[in-house]
Amino acid sequence: MSGPLTNLDRPNSYIGRTVPRPDAKRLLQGRGQYVDDLQLPRMVHAAFVRSPHAHARVKEIDTTAATSLPGVVAIYTAKDFVDHVTPYVGVLTHLQGLRSAPQMPLATDVVRWQGEPVVMVVAHNRAIAEDACGLIEIDFEPLAEVCDAAAALKDDATIIHPEFDSNLAWERLVDSGDVEAIWDRDDVTVIERDFTFGRHTGVTLESRASLVEFNPADETLTYHYSGQAPHMMQAVLAKHLDLPEENVRLVARDVGGSFGIKIHTYGDDVATAIAARLLRRPVKFVADRMESFVSDIHARDHTVHGRIAVDSSGVIAAMEIDDLTGIGPFSMYPRTSAIECNQILNLTGAPYQIENYRARGRVVFQNKNMMCQYRAVGHPVAMAVADGLLEAAAHEINMDVVAIRRKNLIADTAYPATSAAGMKFDDLSHQRALEKLVSMMDYDGLRQSQEEARERGVYRGIGLVSMVEVTNPSPMFYGVGGASISAQDGATVRLDAAGALHVSSSITEQGQGTNTIIAQIAADRFGVDIDRVKVTTGDTATTPYGGGTWASRGAGIGGEAVLLAAQALRQQVLEIAGTILQAAPDSLDINNGQIVDVEGAATRMSLGELGRIVYYRGNELPNDMMPEMIATRHYRVTDFPFVFTNGAMAAHVEVDPETGFVKILDFWAVEDCGRVINPKLVDEQIRGGVIQGIGGALYEECLYSDDGQMLNASMADYLVPMAAEMPDIHIAHIETPTKTSTLGAKGAGEAGTGGAPAALMNAVNDALRPLDASIYQMPMTPQRILRVLGIGKD
Amino acid sequence: MKASDFSYENPNSLNAALALLANQDGDVQLLAGGQSLMPMMNFRLAAPDTLVDLNGVKELQFIQETETSIEIGAMTRYVQLEQSPLVTQHIPLFAKALPHIAHSAIRNRGTIGGSAALADPAAEMPALLIALGATLNLQSLTGQRSVLADDFFLGLYETTLADGEIIESISIPKLASTDRTGFYELARRHGDYAMAGVAVVDRVVGDLASLRVVFFAISDRPVRDQKMEDLLQRPSANDEQQHLKEAIGQLEFHGDLNADAATKQHLAGVVLNRALKEMET
Amino acid sequence: MNQRHSISMTVNGEAITMDVPVRMNLVDFLRNELGLTGSHVGCEHGVCGACTLKIDGEMVRGCLMLAVQADGCTITTIEGFADDPRSDRLQAAFERNNALQCGYCTPGMLASALDYIEAGGSTDRTAIRQHISGNYCRCTGYQSIVDAIAQTIEEGQKS
Repeated sequence: MSGPLTNLDRPNSYIGRTVPRPDAKRLLQGRGQYVDDLQLPRMVHAAFVRSPHAHARVKEIDTTAATSLPGVVAIYTAKDFVDHVTPYVGVLTHLQGLRSAPQMPLATDVVRWQGEPVVMVVAHNRAIAEDACGLIEIDFEPLAEVCDAAAALKDDATIIHPEFDSNLAWERLVDSGDVEAIWDRDDVTVIERDFTFGRHTGVTLESRASLVEFNPADETLTYHYSGQAPHMMQAVLAKHLDLPEENVRLVARDVGGSFGIKIHTYGDDVATAIAARLLRRPVKFVADRMESFVSDIHARDHTVHGRIAVDSSGVIAAMEIDDLTGIGPFSMYPRTSAIECNQILNLTGAPYQIENYRARGRVVFQNKNMMCQYRAVGHPVAMAVADGLLEAAAHEINMDVVAIRRKNLIADTAYPATSAAGMKFDDLSHQRALEKLVSMMDYDGLRQSQEEARERGVYRGIGLVSMVEVTNPSPMFYGVGGASISAQDGATVRLDAAGALHVSSSITEQGQGTNTIIAQIAADRFGVDIDRVKVTTGDTATTPYGGGTWASRGAGIGGEAVLLAAQALRQQVLEIAGTILQAAPDSLDINNGQIVDVEGAATRMSLGELGRIVYYRGNELPNDMMPEMIATRHYRVTDFPFVFTNGAMAAHVEVDPETGFVKILDFWAVEDCGRVINPKLVDEQIRGGVIQGIGGALYEECLYSDDGQMLNASMADYLVPMAAEMPDIHIAHIETPTKTSTLGAKGAGEAGTGGAPAALMNAVNDALRPLDASIYQMPMTPQRILRVLGIGKD
Repeated sequence: MKASDFSYENPNSLNAALALLANQDGDVQLLAGGQSLMPMMNFRLAAPDTLVDLNGVKELQFIQETETSIEIGAMTRYVQLEQSPLVTQHIPLFAKALPHIAHSAIRNRGTIGGSAALADPAAEMPALLIALGATLNLQSLTGQRSVLADDFFLGLYETTLADGEIIESISIPKLASTDRTGFYELARRHGDYAMAGVAVVDRVVGDLASLRVVFFAISDRPVRDQKMEDLLQRPSANDEQQHLKEAIGQLEFHGDLNADAATKQHLAGVVLNRALKEMET
Repeated sequence: MNQRHSISMTVNGEAITMDVPVRMNLVDFLRNELGLTGSHVGCEHGVCGACTLKIDGEMVRGCLMLAVQADGCTITTIEGFADDPRSDRLQAAFERNNALQCGYCTPGMLASALDYIEAGGSTDRTAIRQHISGNYCRCTGYQSIVDAIAQTIEEGQKS
């Protein structure tokens, strides 16, 4: 078991190997267990009356008719919950100055977005609950709504929270070097662009779902959870429902996708827990698709003014951005809604050597659904702004877009390095990634074919992005700001009497293959066949304490904990074996479930035999030996706030200038996520991420009317990427393991989503260039492309 | 998103269905393929008191040939049209258009009569029926009448169907082998409703000899324009493109979430040119 | 749910007779009344394809049919496909290619894929993509699913 991590020739070498997911068969047979699949005795169902207004006063609620409907069990309004929940406020102390108002699960007096839950109905089934919702009459007094983020900051704007002097939730400035000294210099070219990013949302195929049971006999609350952070929700529920934390149990079985959507505190979910406690019976709430669209968090609604100065050799002399984002009426609890803006300020231009950087971010309240962290938080905006500006500048000075990157990327030999925004980088490979990308896509050949196509009147474009991704966050992300969100994770590895390994881990499985890589690492580091490893995740009662799977942290942090625990258990077992076999522990090894000699590899005994001796025939052991056969280790990232990864991507598109349609001809991604544990899992993570990025770039947008009504709250009208329009995606890896851990793994979950929109936007603009048009608004819909081509303008 | 409650009736003959339609109180709705009505019921945008399911009325499921036409029962599903040799031979326009209508799981249930009765202006079928010069045969307890597709579609989800009437069948004049058809639509994703689309039928022989051009997904109903058809029938008129553009400019466009009226006006010209080009090849 | 009807049908080879609320759709009936939770509910308006199943040999959306409409029909859900050797090769290909992540779209995706394969669909990737374009998957890049379907067809041609 000694030697390098990815020696694939030795027995039980699973790290770095494509291993099929042990849970795939179960899911393929329809044997998954998602929250809505569970039926408990005496279970009742919840539905919510949601606000039809973006902003209104709730004057009167009449539930008389609904209450008498047969099958209705209970109806609750905000006042019914006052004594059963404490308000929550989505602020973090390290985001200095961030403010938000107290929130309750159901709207109290005033509704502040269309879709905000106002009344909860619990009934024998969901259909009856919906019937009752239809019978509830609410007298609303409409209030002036503030929907546009810029308008929300005007002096005459309606103030959404009267306790504040304005609708500004947070503002941050970054000022590094001296940008003002650059703009007027004669030897630089300055480019300015206005970027608009559409609001979009996660559309997890399994919608948010909660099934909560309360046992009044011992005051325990069990929450069947479809989410990513069981321990965080345990802490949130315990705190606000005033229960001892140990009396709250979160259990996540199969989770039908999450992408950051299911990691927040939603009023309807909290209300479900309160109702279960009040009714002393299980209550299930499954958001239907319509309510998912108006209550799942949205993201990416940003407008950014960006400015870049390059000298005649293409070197970036300065970059400046001004980001404005509307986050809905509250900052989401407990992660807050300021993180996306914060990331944009931190990450814009991060792959490049920039001395002079200035950024302002403003986060404002508005009467739309709330925004919060969703896959690749801030990255698509930051990458599109920086690389959009960079490619525009390159063309302005007649420089190739690859050449200008070569000029500005932080050198692979320059690490550790710190960016203008103060980000600490190490173990990155921007230059190698770019070169690998250029060769993989045959950049020069593609440019040539592009020219030929243009001569035929076919408008093709090539766009690139060089990117960083925030992964493996340390306590500096949330914990430092006062949130009950763990940055460390734990793993317990136990050897049973039959010689099998049982691993429980605090990271969670939402389809990424978390359970698979846990098994791979444990089997590899301990020395058993992967079939002999059983993994438990998602249950606060049976797993060590930890953060869960988000921010591309599962493999890097949770995986390292598994590695450390497996190695510790291996050491224990070798000592026991040494005693039994009268051999020095370091003369023994574990391979394929057998204790073997290091020299010659002769089999000495099986783990099953060892297990039987330890557990059944302890009389054969010395009296002073009390074997543990179990080890727990925890791990967190120290020294760095985050472990950054890097990558480079390219898109090849064809734009039909008559229709505005964009066809993606090809897409390439080079990713350096450090140690690759399971290539197939990583590749399809990246592909899925790219597709999600394509969604944001070309299709997805939560459309709102001026008065705050979401106009496309259905899957017929909100366009997610489907198979027919999506390209095959070519992937290549560079492996620069992070020095922060033994495993060396960084995250890979968000790269595709973070980078793809920038590459696509650059490609579309490259295609449009001969037509003297450009677009900096996402999604780049056919109509928007036609508009920049001057078609359909008044 | 659960439908509100209703009475369910499952007649096995057209007469029984007509009787139910005539005699039930309240909001009585017919359930054909259900691929539009069921979502509307799940959203509670439709909440009938009584649902009369026509899926058991087998006499409404047929594809037959007469000397001059193909007769299609109203409850004939899209998949049956796709698989019918009669349709392939005599209504080649259907073969071109059907793959664009949603997805195969939807076409396995959706019916030609249901789509006609719904009169969704973005749907392909109403436009196809007008382009083909189809006649809808309507039945009520008091009698039968036939309405040209040209006269059937009145506006957004609005038709000439009277209370108590059911579409019994649709007659489509056969196309001759020398006739030509064209179809083009621009949908953002495969199977979506189009941003703009057009069906063209050019009958060169017989009593029906004419060119028909019918747009869909551009207005509150399928749009056919005589002037444009006349224009296209004058061979090689000078400035044809300019005249076409002007003719399109005269049409009434209704925007939607994917394309406003100005965009639809532009795209109508694009789809027409592409459909015509496809016909030339 | 006041109004009910009695229905009889064959589900995954098993004869069922039950009283159902008339407004209950087919997928809710299969999941909640019969415990066949392999069919998933993703949108309830016929767009996402998660509830795709077979009824009398035809692929349909379980959310766009009433349970009462299945009276007298033969239904196959993912649980039925799982027990049918005809889907073995496809399931193995999905597993091998990592053509699933969270697994929520998978039952509907498999139903769609089987329909394509059994209808004699080609290995042409565009054709495969068009056929499954009524099935939404948020996790994968669809590519692995296309790979799995194409490989299954190739294997079928060889054997």
